[in-house]
Amino acid sequence: MADAHAAGQTILVVGGGISGLTTAVEAAETGYNVLLVEKDPHLGGRVAQHNKYFPKLCSPTCGLEINYQRIKNNPRIRYLTLAEVEEISGSEGNYTVRIRKNPRFVTEACTGCGDCSAVCTTEVPDPFNFGMNQVKAIRNNHAMAFPSWYYMDPEFAKTEAAKTVAKSCPVGAIQPDMEATIIEEQVAAVVWATGWKPYDAEKIRPYGFGQYANVTTNMRFERLANVYGPTSGKIVRPSDGKEAKKVAFIQCAGSRDHNYLPFCSRVCCLASMKQAAYVRDQYPDSEVTIFYIDLRAMDRYEAFLQKTRDDAGISWMKSKPARIEEDANGNPVVIGENTLTGERYALPFDLVVLATGMEPHSAVDAKVPFAGASQDDYGFVTGGVLAAGCAAMPTDVASSVQSATAMAMKAIHAAVKRG
Amino acid sequence: MEPKKIGCYICTGCGIGDALDLKALKAIATKEQKIPVVKDHALLCGSEGVAMIQKDLDDGTVNAVIIAACSHREKSAEFRFDIDLMERVDLRDKGIWLLDVKEGDETAEEDRQMMAEDYLRLGSVKMKKMDIPSPFLHSEGSKDVLVVGGGLAGLTAARDIAKAGYNAVLVEKSDTLGGKMNSMLKVTPDNLPPYRDMADNFIGALISEVEADNRIKIFKNATVTKTSGQPGQFDLIIKNASSTKEIRVGSIVVATGFDLYDPAKLPANLGYGSSPDVVTSAEFEKMAKEGKIVRKSDGQPAKRVAFALCAGQRDKEHLDYCSGACCIYSMKQAMYVIDQFGIDASTYLIYQEIRTPGQMEDFYRAAQEKGAVFIKGDVTGVSGQAKGGVAVQVNDHLMRGKESLEVDLLVLATGMVSTVDTTDPNVASPVGTGRDELPGSILNLQYRQGPSLPRLGASGFPDSHFICFPYETRRTGIYVAGPARRPMGIAATMTDASGAALKAIQAVEAVAQGVAVHPRSGDLSFPSYRAEGCTQCKRCTEECPFGAINEDDKGNPLFNPARCRRCSTCMGACPAKVISFANYSVDMISTMIKEIEIPEEDEEKPRILVFACTNDAVPALDMMGRLRSPISPYIRIIPLRCMGSLSLVWIADAMSKGFDGVLLMGCRHGDDYQCHNVRGSALAENRLSKVSETLQRLKLESNRVKMVEVNIMDAETLPGVIGSFVEQISNLNPNPYKGF
Repeated sequence: MADAHAAGQTILVVGGGISGLTTAVEAAETGYNVLLVEKDPHLGGRVAQHNKYFPKLCSPTCGLEINYQRIKNNPRIRYLTLAEVEEISGSEGNYTVRIRKNPRFVTEACTGCGDCSAVCTTEVPDPFNFGMNQVKAIRNNHAMAFPSWYYMDPEFAKTEAAKTVAKSCPVGAIQPDMEATIIEEQVAAVVWATGWKPYDAEKIRPYGFGQYANVTTNMRFERLANVYGPTSGKIVRPSDGKEAKKVAFIQCAGSRDHNYLPFCSRVCCLASMKQAAYVRDQYPDSEVTIFYIDLRAMDRYEAFLQKTRDDAGISWMKSKPARIEEDANGNPVVIGENTLTGERYALPFDLVVLATGMEPHSAVDAKVPFAGASQDDYGFVTGGVLAAGCAAMPTDVASSVQSATAMAMKAIHAAVKRG
Repeated sequence: MEPKKIGCYICTGCGIGDALDLKALKAIATKEQKIPVVKDHALLCGSEGVAMIQKDLDDGTVNAVIIAACSHREKSAEFRFDIDLMERVDLRDKGIWLLDVKEGDETAEEDRQMMAEDYLRLGSVKMKKMDIPSPFLHSEGSKDVLVVGGGLAGLTAARDIAKAGYNAVLVEKSDTLGGKMNSMLKVTPDNLPPYRDMADNFIGALISEVEADNRIKIFKNATVTKTSGQPGQFDLIIKNASSTKEIRVGSIVVATGFDLYDPAKLPANLGYGSSPDVVTSAEFEKMAKEGKIVRKSDGQPAKRVAFALCAGQRDKEHLDYCSGACCIYSMKQAMYVIDQFGIDASTYLIYQEIRTPGQMEDFYRAAQEKGAVFIKGDVTGVSGQAKGGVAVQVNDHLMRGKESLEVDLLVLATGMVSTVDTTDPNVASPVGTGRDELPGSILNLQYRQGPSLPRLGASGFPDSHFICFPYETRRTGIYVAGPARRPMGIAATMTDASGAALKAIQAVEAVAQGVAVHPRSGDLSFPSYRAEGCTQCKRCTEECPFGAINEDDKGNPLFNPARCRRCSTCMGACPAKVISFANYSVDMISTMIKEIEIPEEDEEKPRILVFACTNDAVPALDMMGRLRSPISPYIRIIPLRCMGSLSLVWIADAMSKGFDGVLLMGCRHGDDYQCHNVRGSALAENRLSKVSETLQRLKLESNRVKMVEVNIMDAETLPGVIGSFVEQISNLNPNPYKGF
């Protein structure tokens, strides 16, 4: 625990995704102390699950790696994983926060050697890959995960098998009886950077996600295309493992719609264009169709739209499909009316990807636990604490970083006022 | 300086002790490398192991530490000692984990041991060649920040800088603050609810706040005619009609906003100039602000107004990008008409795609509910009417076909053009999109590479091409904010300005500590050169991606350490090998290359040297280790700061030493480059094009040296890349220089 003066200068950042990481490193490199709290076992958040970024089609891991290096090199940043902020009281410049640190069942002595995972025979659905495959009950999410300490599933920790696995650790880092701890901290500013979760596609009943195996979502598709995903990057149909060469992307699946998410998530058009490139790169004879309402390639991203348009293997349908059915061969059939021509269509595909939108965590499972906090109708944070990235609005990575850097500045204002 | 007392600490945990002959390894450190203190521990990163090292440091036995354990990317918190010199030797991730050794396979075991011994040699000579970097400090540095541009972005940046406790110098070229916001009647909602409603223009309050802040010094009617020096010591000349001021600042925010695309250049079908009743959005806004929403032809109320979106935008002949704000802005203007004329108003928005991202979808909905009519289509022609107003021919894409709209006014939503000169000294055709001529330089930088802020991407904006680091520019300590950087609306501009202001104060703090900013944040080292060896070839001053090096009259380099990002491109560029860093030099790597043991030809153990960029290739190799993805035991890896630091001397050294091949792993370059130093890997590739001369001189095959692009996620494909290179090399005769 830092001394009273330093504690007054500490900035709490909640959420270790690209926004939270950015606020943390930018504030720390300006000279302020940062406490970064992440609810998952590793930092990186939603972007760590992405295969590539648009428009450069580069790996998110590259930018995350720089940020991790900056954290490793900067003693001003403390980070907690598997931790959640339970309560905030006080006011700007002088908050008291209560943080629950959930057990990892593996201490920081872990060297990442992987012996435990090799010994462990219990497998569980992999949450990192949206349950599309099974993984060991003790693991880390991927080879680039940071911090690289392994973690154990809480349910597994209760079993006898966990004790056997614990014995395999050459450094004694595994502790299946580890318990949650509560930490209290004084901070000058709180930056809420809890990001988003994919909107639950099962709620969009006409599209049959959850009912038809070959209807998937954009985030699942990111994992499907990733070399560490459930199919080692092979784009195949979930139903039969057949190569998915005829792929449909349905934009605004549940977005811009009062029945589901009334707002636009900003990134989905560009994300689908990027995912269309995954398909086209993997299968030169593939055919991609993008169903859209408006193509939202804002500002400079227009060039990416043009590049995508130049690919003759990608066709465009201005239409919000009415529904999806399944034919006798297990092909999802997209049914609707072409808005430009008025013609009705019923088109079969190998795979349909629903471009679902962003539901802010702050609306559902990461509400700001502070009486002074406010949010808009959709659950985005609007006041009481500072909000960065997708906790404030649905947006892309570059804009999240822009917002997160701005919030580092606002947090410093609070710290200066206090100091 | 105290003499270097090196301690080498070998970890035997994670299988290292089982795989390697510790006694032999320690002998390399003690007998061969003459390291005075050599110790081992079964778990070096554990509290006991760390305490063992700390004790040696505390009692003065050791002041420089070699940790021979895992990758430097692991256990950084445990091995964080308060010392100036530390080197990590990776025996694990890129060592034993990268080799597939079957129990009892003596040859493989021997190869593994040789590899570990070589890595220990490399770490040892590197440590011996390393000096303590002392920070570049300047006693008369400034922490003040120059903000150029007194519009929304500049005012926001200046206010935020002042609120953080720093002084700002705000330079505005006109006689008023507020910029384009001054002409706005209302503004679109500031990303705060209610998103459906227009908000009051707040610029007056912001101007008052800035004017009242005694930390902000304001120069109106003024421009920056000269900027020389470097972060912490930017010396400015600020001129207005009557006076010239010389001021020193530490960093700079450029917030000069945008120009509107010249409507005279718009395609003829949009009718600008054909009738006074065709106006731009900016002209319409001014009319609304003055309370005159009227036909310009005859002053009659303009109750029927059409808005042509994307006017001269998303069009290869004009602006090929979208300005991002015009849809929302035009909806706001339609609301003005509807609010003023109520039931008599008719507004039409003729659009390609409606772009109202995020919560702004609510604003779109509100415009529809208020009665604005949205037509997806093109304006194909405009004709003036004798009775005033214009007839707008529209090709409606949604089945309605061609129609003619008779309106009082047609408003053209023209796009934003950056005001920043983004000439790249190394790229031809410097004129940015949408301009016939370069904009005048805003800062007039006195840099060897010219006065501009070189672009990083393909557009005419000085926007960074780093998705993850949007504020990066190629001129350290200078950050561009708002629509000068990238087209954006009001809310985004304010956010952007706050972020750029943060980067600006971060830069002055880094300079005050004498450390680098992103991407090598905190690095203390900086380049210096040996003047007597310099041939004034100017490669360093031309190639530096950040324009850090000026020249004196004779062509000698003048380093500006605070501009430097420590990528070492200058070092790699220098054919005379005179540029070095305290802890990184051509000589250091050369010595390391020479230290590696090359088996005699008859042993049939080829050696292949890998230069791996520390940013992407090294983590990818680490990941291969984690995945236990085996590679040839003949590989020796030397990490480089950036491929840009590659000196061709090293290739010659490796060949003379008897290496059979050299594989270089750099980052992607070109338009979608991933090099953290923008041009490092591109420059390295360029240099390599001359390597065949070296190889010819040595009478060696040119395919012994190869450069590959390695992405951080290439751990799955990299073993194949390495494997095929090893195979290619093994098809050649051994390097005849072995044993010389």
